Amino acid sequence: MLNFIQGLGHSGLSFFQRLGRAHILLAHIVAGVPGMLLRWPLVIQQMYYVGVLSVLIILVSGFFVGMVLGLQGYNILVDFGAEETLGVMVSLSLVRELGPVVAALLFAGRAGSALTAEIGLMKATEQLSAMEMMAIDPIRRVLSPRFLAGFISMPLLAAIFSAVGIMGGDFVGVGLLGVDEGAYWSQMQASVDLYDDILNGVIKSIVFGVVVTWIAVFEGYDAIPTSEGVSRATTRTVVHSSLAILGLDFILTAIMF
Amino acid sequence: MNTRKTEILVGLFIAAGLAALFMLAMKVSNLNIYNNDAGYEITANFENVSGLKVKSPVTMAGVRIGRVSDIAFDGERFEAVVKIQIESKYNTLPKDTSASIYTAGLLGEKYVGLEAGGDDVNLKDKDKLKLTQSSLVLEKLISRFVDSFIDKDKK
Repeated sequence: MLNFIQGLGHSGLSFFQRLGRAHILLAHIVAGVPGMLLRWPLVIQQMYYVGVLSVLIILVSGFFVGMVLGLQGYNILVDFGAEETLGVMVSLSLVRELGPVVAALLFAGRAGSALTAEIGLMKATEQLSAMEMMAIDPIRRVLSPRFLAGFISMPLLAAIFSAVGIMGGDFVGVGLLGVDEGAYWSQMQASVDLYDDILNGVIKSIVFGVVVTWIAVFEGYDAIPTSEGVSRATTRTVVHSSLAILGLDFILTAIMF
Repeated sequence: MNTRKTEILVGLFIAAGLAALFMLAMKVSNLNIYNNDAGYEITANFENVSGLKVKSPVTMAGVRIGRVSDIAFDGERFEAVVKIQIESKYNTLPKDTSASIYTAGLLGEKYVGLEAGGDDVNLKDKDKLKLTQSSLVLEKLISRFVDSFIDKDKK
């Protein structure tokens, strides 16, 4: 019994220690962000790995999610004779929810895991220690550009996802199922609000971008420097950031809409 | 990976992201309404505005000429005060224009429909519409319909 309570206390303490380390690391990373303005090429390099390489998966999944929404929405709405509102359904579900959330989940799987593995391996092969030996702060040199790149890329990726998804819905709804094109777009324009819907979607994706890159960078920096430790950290990145995205999405939705 | 190619690809990525945002703002949302905010404002009192919302369309002859900008309650006359923003290019509405609240479709959105009168004087900023007709409350209509049946049975 006493052992059980001790175990509980131990895991609780180590949880809060990790949480504390994560926040201290975040403070250090953010402190390094202004310096990145002077060393923009570092961020560009990371935006290529984090952002550009994620575009393809975002494009393809966005288009398919939009097509599925068009198909499912049409089948449901046609029962009520309201298939003209398909555009509203597709655009609102994409802009408010699916765009930021699914793009962030894909981003966590595609870019977050890569970030963790890269930084974890840098730690395991003592590259980070080597930098410290040369009086280069690895947080500012390695972590800050990656964090900033994720912070910039995520809203752009989510916007691309939503835009492509709406076109996918248009392709299926208007092109294949014969919804009137004018109704699809005009009903959409009448119901979607720039501030309430689109801006809130962008805010959501910014929050997700910060959280995912933060978790990814922290897990990599905090990984046990062995091959097993790095692989575990990579798994934790994907699991934790997915959970964080879904949980935060609920909270943000409750506040915003 | 040479730097130049990376930078070009990142540039394309940022451009694509901004283009997507721009498309969402311009093609998907109702942004164009915010451009012509400089219209004039008239008010109208209604007995009942149930279902009408701020930003609901205001139409004349079925064409949207403005938006509802504010809905408030007049505590002295127990009426709803609706402020209507009309685009400045439609400045020739007669002073005795009447306003009614209609429903688009059976279960659709409520909107304000204006009908022109015959007055020579035009509506100006801060004018008040005298002739108004309230929103149709479905429950009242149904209860009236049911009541008429009950009355028939008694006779």
